[in-house]
Amino acid sequence: MTATIEPTTEPAASAPAPRAAARSRRRPQKGVSLGGIALRMPFWVLTSALAIIFLYPLIWTAVSSVAPLPGTNQTDGWGFGNYVTLANYQDGILQYIGNSVFVSLLTVVLTLGISLLGGYAFARFDFRGKNVLFLATIAILMVPYATLLIPLYVLLNLVGLSNSLVGVALVLTMFQLPFSTFMMRIAFESIPRELDEAGMVDGCNSWTVLWKVLVPAVKPGLITVGLFAFLAAWNDFMAPLILINDSARMTLPLAISNLRGQVQGVVDYGATEAGVVVLALPCIVLFLILQRHYVRGFMSGAFKG
Amino acid sequence: MSVSVSSATTSATSATSRPAGPRRRGRRSGSALSGWLYALPTALFVVFLFLVPLVLVFQMSGSDWPLLGGNQGVNFPENYQKAVDNRFFVDSVIFTLKYTVLATVLLIGLGLGLGLLVQESSRWKGLLRTSFLIPSALGLASASLLFYVIYSPIAGPFAELTKSWGFTFLGTPDAALWSTLFLIVWRFAGFYMLLMLVGLQGIPDEVYEAARIDGASRWQTFRDVTIPLLKPTLALTTVMCVTGSLLAFEQFYILTKGGPDNSTITIVQLIYSVAFQGPNNLGVAGALSVIVLAALVVINIVQIRAFSKKVED
Repeated sequence: MTATIEPTTEPAASAPAPRAAARSRRRPQKGVSLGGIALRMPFWVLTSALAIIFLYPLIWTAVSSVAPLPGTNQTDGWGFGNYVTLANYQDGILQYIGNSVFVSLLTVVLTLGISLLGGYAFARFDFRGKNVLFLATIAILMVPYATLLIPLYVLLNLVGLSNSLVGVALVLTMFQLPFSTFMMRIAFESIPRELDEAGMVDGCNSWTVLWKVLVPAVKPGLITVGLFAFLAAWNDFMAPLILINDSARMTLPLAISNLRGQVQGVVDYGATEAGVVVLALPCIVLFLILQRHYVRGFMSGAFKG
Repeated sequence: MSVSVSSATTSATSATSRPAGPRRRGRRSGSALSGWLYALPTALFVVFLFLVPLVLVFQMSGSDWPLLGGNQGVNFPENYQKAVDNRFFVDSVIFTLKYTVLATVLLIGLGLGLGLLVQESSRWKGLLRTSFLIPSALGLASASLLFYVIYSPIAGPFAELTKSWGFTFLGTPDAALWSTLFLIVWRFAGFYMLLMLVGLQGIPDEVYEAARIDGASRWQTFRDVTIPLLKPTLALTTVMCVTGSLLAFEQFYILTKGGPDNSTITIVQLIYSVAFQGPNNLGVAGALSVIVLAALVVINIVQIRAFSKKVED
């Protein structure tokens, strides 16, 4: 999981790897002589220090969430007292994890479904208003979050989705559409049309071609879209902050953030640390497993200006 | 100004520009209806969750619209007057701009620096990339909560140190700003490094080869080869960073709560507090939102113009 910037599956992306290797080969061989090692020392020291700066806050938080600290539920000795506090906070951490899982999964499913069909439509069909619709989808990126959330708060109230996790998932899905639609359009366009035509000859219609032939081919794109949708939904703070009032329906980031000021204004730092661990762990694990797909999201050109 | 490195982009353009044969066109025009059906979910989301709210926010910005009362009739241009007269408006605009400039300079500079540092493939550099990128997997809210504890004068790892020096991370306006900037750099530097790496990989090796043959020093190569050829990436990252920083909310809402002395209120925080904390005035919040939207569009157009002019030179 180290050499991930060049996903070997993508021809253009894997090209720089041999190039970089050639570049380093051209250089006089360092590291053989003692002098070479001495020359490389500043580099090692600098990069190690940087890596420590980036990893230290995470490691420190994970360690101190089980470490003793006055004013928390874990005053002496090591243990999971802070997690017990968390488990018993208001409606219980499980309730909030459940809410977050629900919102995240619904967002992922909706994003995948809509961008799969949308990407297929944009890549393979000609219809009136196609370009206008595509531009309108991309334009979502241009509008500030807050500008949309205030009218969305009013609109969702109007249709009976006030204070609703479904409403939050719908809003989060909408914010995912520019990236995911673009990504899926590219994924479909990179598949040769001959593949669909062969399916058509075999008597498939466009719907069965999509499921039997194309979905397996665009699977990497779907994984990237799903990963981005999950990370965005799991971590989102502002949409639930504005759209959810009922404390039983809060998502995890909101609950952990509110937990700080509970006991007579005294902040329970231990429980906050435990909360950050619960929030961050799924994201870090998922990121490490799917790092290649995360990086592909950038390589795709979906972030072009 | 696309980041023209990926196989996906190039194949995408080739796919769209490929002339469709007459046989194929016949089949495709016959399926316009299916095309619309596949695009229908996208269209529904775009219309009902994006375009309708966008129109509504303009209407709200011109209406008397309390949080609980709903639309109470036209109130234009009083809402805009009230928005600009808000006692935090000018301060929050100045603070947001200051924060945006600092965050953009830091993130673009460090992103590029880290990208150059880990550009070549090796096991160690791969590990470095992963460690720089891990914070990007966290949400901004989680990262803010994490640093809320780290900066704490009670529970943080530097609590003893700051006590003996008589210093606090969030105690003074300047300290709060720089502490937040550190959090933002920690969270986003890897993300910008990745974008820079994508751009750096798009620079053909022959160019470096030529510079080497001409006897260019490392610094000359960087200044005269890397930077000019990286301009599209720099433009993209700058636009993204400026947009993101102008809309900063979570980091200040969670970490500094706008303090100390209301010195770290951003414009989006102001919108939130006008709408939901105290005044509960959605009309004025709508007016502020429209002002921010307009400013953002203008700033982005100016940036894109400036960058494309430089690219032409």
